[in-house]
Amino acid sequence: MDGNIFTLQDFMYFTKAITYLVIVAALIAFPAFWLFLTDRDE
Amino acid sequence: MSDTKTTTGGTLFTPFNMVAGLILLVGGIVTVLRFTGGLAAVTNLSDNNPWGLWIGFDLLVGVALAAGGYVTSAACYIFGLKRFHSAVRPAILTAFLGYALVVFALHYDVGRPWRLPYPFIVQPGTTSLLFEVGACVALYLTVLFIEYTPAPLEWLGFKRARNIVVKLTLVLTIFGVVLSTLHQSSLGALYVIAPSKLHPLWYSSYLPVYFFISSIIAGLSMVVFEGSLSHKNFHDKMDETHLKEADGVVLGFGKAAAWVLFGYFIIKLVGLAVDNNWHHLASGWGLWFLVEMLGFVLLPCYLYAVGSRDKNIKLIRRTSLLAVLGIVLNRFNVSMVAFNYHLPSSERYFPHWMEIAISLFIVTIGVLAFRFFVTRMPILYEHPDYKDAH
Repeated sequence: MDGNIFTLQDFMYFTKAITYLVIVAALIAFPAFWLFLTDRDE
Repeated sequence: MSDTKTTTGGTLFTPFNMVAGLILLVGGIVTVLRFTGGLAAVTNLSDNNPWGLWIGFDLLVGVALAAGGYVTSAACYIFGLKRFHSAVRPAILTAFLGYALVVFALHYDVGRPWRLPYPFIVQPGTTSLLFEVGACVALYLTVLFIEYTPAPLEWLGFKRARNIVVKLTLVLTIFGVVLSTLHQSSLGALYVIAPSKLHPLWYSSYLPVYFFISSIIAGLSMVVFEGSLSHKNFHDKMDETHLKEADGVVLGFGKAAAWVLFGYFIIKLVGLAVDNNWHHLASGWGLWFLVEMLGFVLLPCYLYAVGSRDKNIKLIRRTSLLAVLGIVLNRFNVSMVAFNYHLPSSERYFPHWMEIAISLFIVTIGVLAFRFFVTRMPILYEHPDYKDAH
C-alpha cells in the first residue's frame, strides 16, 4: 500500500483505515482482557 | 570501637553503608569538579546532545517514578478506595523525595543553576513548555511537601499544625493530580518539537499522552516495588493495619497496572498506525522497539494480570520491577537511544562515567533519606495518638 501513497489524501485514507481497524480490535480486546482480569474475583 | 556503634547498637560498617559511603564520597568529589570546572569537565554533553543522562534518568525517570504519590492519593482520597490508605504515606514520601532530588539534579544539569528561579521572576516565558514543566514541578514539590508534613508534625508532637494540614488533604490531592497531569505530559511534549531528531518509532504527536499514561504505570509499579523493598527491610516498622492492607494494595495496584498497561499498548499501536510507521518495525530500530513493547509493556501487562487472577503476590511484586525497568527503558529510548539516531556513531552521546556517578549519588541520597524518615517517623505505621483519626 505504501507504494500507492502519492497525496496527503492517500496517506490519511490509508492510515485512518488502519487506525479504525486497530480501534475495532481494541474494542473487542478490552472487554476480553477485562473478563480475563476479573473472572476469578469474588 | 564504641564510636563505630550506632545508637541502636548495630555497627556502622555494614556492606550497605560502606557502598553508600563510597558512592557519596565519589559523588562529592565529582560535585566539586562539576561546579568548579563546568559541564565540560564531567560530562559528554555537546551542542548535538545538550540533554544527557541527567535529564534522561534524573529528571524524566525521576518524575515518572515519583508518580506513585498522585496515583495513590487519588485512589484513596478522590476515588474513595480507603483500603489503600496505608500505602499513601510511603508513596507520598517517595514522591516528595523523588521530586526534591529532581530539582537537586537540575542544579547539576543547567549551565547556570542560580538562574533556576528566573522564569518566575525575570522572564516569564509563559509560552514555553519548559516554563510549564518548571512551574508545575515547583508547585507540585510544594504540594508534596505539605502532603508529607503530617508525618514529621506527628513525630514532633505539633498536634494543632498537624490537624490543620490534614484538613487540606483533599484539596492538596486535587492540586497534585492536576499538576501531575500537566507536567508529566509536558515532559513528553518537550520531544514533540524534535521530529527530525527522534526516531519515528518513538516520535509521535501523542508523546504527551504516552508520557502521562506511562507515568500512571510507573506510579502503580513503584508503589508495589517500594512496598516489597520496605517489607524486606523495614518489616519491624510496620503496624498491624499496614501489614493487613499490604496484600490488598499489591493485588489492587497490580490489577490497575495490568489494565493501564493494556491501554498503553493499544495507544502505542494507534500511534504506529496514525503515522504509518509499520515498515520501521522491520529494521534494527524496529527490533529494539519491539523489545520495549513486547518485553516491557505486554509481558508485564500479562504477568500483572495473571498475578491478580491467581492472587500471586510474589509474581506481582517481581513484575513491578520489570514494569519499572520498562519505564526507565522508555525514557532512555526517547531521550538518548533513539534521539539523534541519524548521527554517525562518533557524534552519538554516551554518558561520561562521572555523569553516571552523579546519578548514582543522587539515587543513594534518596535511599538514605527514605531510610532516615521511615525509621523515625510514622510512615509505615500510625502514630499512637492518631489511630483511626482519618
